[in-house]
Amino acid sequence: MAAVQETVDRVRRIDVDQYRYGFETLIESDKAPKGLSEDTVRFISAKKNEPAWMLEWRLEAYRRWLTMTEPKWARVDYPKIDYQDLYYYSAPKKKEIGSLDEVDPEILKTYEKLGIPLREVEMLEGVVRPEGERRIAVDAVFDSVSVATTFQKELKAAGVIFMPISEAIREHPELVKKYLGTVVPTTDNYFATLNSAVFSDGSFVYVPPGVRCPMELSTYFRINERNTGQFERTLIIADKGAYVSYLEGCTAPQRDENQLHAAVVELVTHDDAEIKYSTVQNWYPGNSEGKGGIYNFVTKRGDCRGNNSKISWTQVETGSAITWKYPSCILRGDNSRGEFYSIAISNGHQQVDSGTKMIHLGKNTTSRIISKGIAAGVSQNTYRGLVTAHRKATGARNFTACDSLLIGDKCGAHTVPYVEAKNSSALFEHEATTSKISEDVLFYCVQRGLSQEEAVGLVVNGFVKDVLQQLPMEFAVEAQKLISISLEGSVG
Amino acid sequence: MSLLEVKNLQVRVEEREILHGLSLTVNPGEVHAIMGPNGSGKSTLSHVIAGKPGYQVTGGEILFKGEDLLEMAPDVRAAKGVFLAFQYPVEIPGVATMNFLRTALNAQRKARGESEYSTPDFLKKVREVAASLNIPQDMLRRGVNVGFSGGEKKRNEILQMALFQPSLCILDEMDSGLDIDALRVAADGVNALRSPERAMVVITHYQRLLNYIVPDVVHVMSKGRVVKSGGKELALELEASGYAQFEDAA
Repeated sequence: MAAVQETVDRVRRIDVDQYRYGFETLIESDKAPKGLSEDTVRFISAKKNEPAWMLEWRLEAYRRWLTMTEPKWARVDYPKIDYQDLYYYSAPKKKEIGSLDEVDPEILKTYEKLGIPLREVEMLEGVVRPEGERRIAVDAVFDSVSVATTFQKELKAAGVIFMPISEAIREHPELVKKYLGTVVPTTDNYFATLNSAVFSDGSFVYVPPGVRCPMELSTYFRINERNTGQFERTLIIADKGAYVSYLEGCTAPQRDENQLHAAVVELVTHDDAEIKYSTVQNWYPGNSEGKGGIYNFVTKRGDCRGNNSKISWTQVETGSAITWKYPSCILRGDNSRGEFYSIAISNGHQQVDSGTKMIHLGKNTTSRIISKGIAAGVSQNTYRGLVTAHRKATGARNFTACDSLLIGDKCGAHTVPYVEAKNSSALFEHEATTSKISEDVLFYCVQRGLSQEEAVGLVVNGFVKDVLQQLPMEFAVEAQKLISISLEGSVG
Repeated sequence: MSLLEVKNLQVRVEEREILHGLSLTVNPGEVHAIMGPNGSGKSTLSHVIAGKPGYQVTGGEILFKGEDLLEMAPDVRAAKGVFLAFQYPVEIPGVATMNFLRTALNAQRKARGESEYSTPDFLKKVREVAASLNIPQDMLRRGVNVGFSGGEKKRNEILQMALFQPSLCILDEMDSGLDIDALRVAADGVNALRSPERAMVVITHYQRLLNYIVPDVVHVMSKGRVVKSGGKELALELEASGYAQFEDAA
């Protein structure tokens, strides 16, 4: 049997059924009645003690949603979603948490299994950390409620606001009103509109002018309850000259039913500000027959509103049955810069349709897209990207490189670039390659003592190195492991 | 005990038989040269010993240190001490040579139940060996064989040989694509590794290489068999008279 064939078979055998995070936490939860109606929206809003304006905003979105149809242009195929057969809100029963000790220990255990640094015990006990060690503040979203937010005090001293968005709506209504829905309007698209109506929680970050956020901010999403959609809403604002790096990680327990996930993330940078947004997504991809798994329909968009501002998206996508996701940048300010670095791995029956949009509106705006797609099993992996320069966007520049790697002969990789330049001074470059993992390369590695699986992991990690380098250190290590796990099943 | 015993080996690729009952015995400390024209099965032999997929062994056996080599996965053979220096070493973009060396060495050590090298120990060892082969530090930071010249690729193979300290080294057409200076550097590297515990099988078309790596035994292969064996003078004889005389013998 040929080396590649062996690898393919091995990958097929062990991959998706060994989903490492497939455990369920048994806790009582507080749910909205099944189905979606104005009452559901009111229920969620009431649960969150929201002001009237917020409820109105949601209802408007809900009414709009009723008039819309699900988009069908992506290269993904899934059975029709019954939106009335889902729960739109689920929260752990115990709430109003003052400190971590009050958090349900079952929930903390879940996070421990996931390896998240939720406990700030060291900090509280005054343990002195070595100079220069970086810390991460975590806002953990367990189903629909942010369970605990760490490092609040230190952030507060720096003037950074980092809290669940439901709290921000109550405590900083002026900021939320000013920015919410200004990057992804409630009318934007079917899934974003749905999110606007029923979003349950998410993170809110505001970094005031001139402040460099003293630590990496992180949120961890986890879908636990059966048949609930997770509709997070994240809003991050970097005011003039501010900088923040935000990490998002996702896991979901193993399920038979498909679960809907439709998040919205909005980023705003003012003059000279920068946001770096990194995602590692390893949601349950479904089993080896393609049953179960998360449907991930996400709208992520950043608005470089100010001059000389910068937004950088880095994503490592290894999970979900369906991924429909295009983190984008609107380069409105002059000299603003957008970046998109992506690793998308599909295995088993996974379908990925992901990419980015770089919309050049301001003068001398630049953007860079590095996309690495890896397809194995019988999966389909599509890069879909739009690069466009407005009439007034003189001197706009883009560089795009899309590389695809195929493992085996039953998967597919597709590249669908849309490029539009409406002024003659725009300079756009596009490079694309597709390659198969070579038998000779694998044999070379194996002859030097690496197992077949280690060899695949090594070659793939080499293939995605340009993107891995963009991730913050802690995430890069996690991502590297994840890549090996999702392709080899070499679970510890 | 012999290090390597190939007994009556028959090998097919798809429907075509390439080796028709080849036998070869190599003892520790010996250097064997295998010569022969294109298509005589020299490279097939090296691939089958190393365990490259795509070959079907239909008869015979290969014993390595008395164990059935054909039963072992290729990475197990590597850990047991079988090393193949490739004729055309592959490029692995994005994987730094240093990282590759370390991953491979530790994988072998782990498979043998030995402790993995610590970073400082490993770096020290690599630097020593690299210096002796004229391999600049910069080359170790680059992707495996990416943008390497022909000579650099071969030196990288010998670097690995020196690091892994295998008991059997198979050198497949080491001289191909090398100019005379590069060949000398590579051959010096190989000669430095000659030892009473280690055996080498040098596969080559030309006698030239054997001026630098002097063999104890020379085998002539033709049409999938060893048709003649002798001392190092056999290589000179071949150089003078060519392979044609053996075509009939096979």
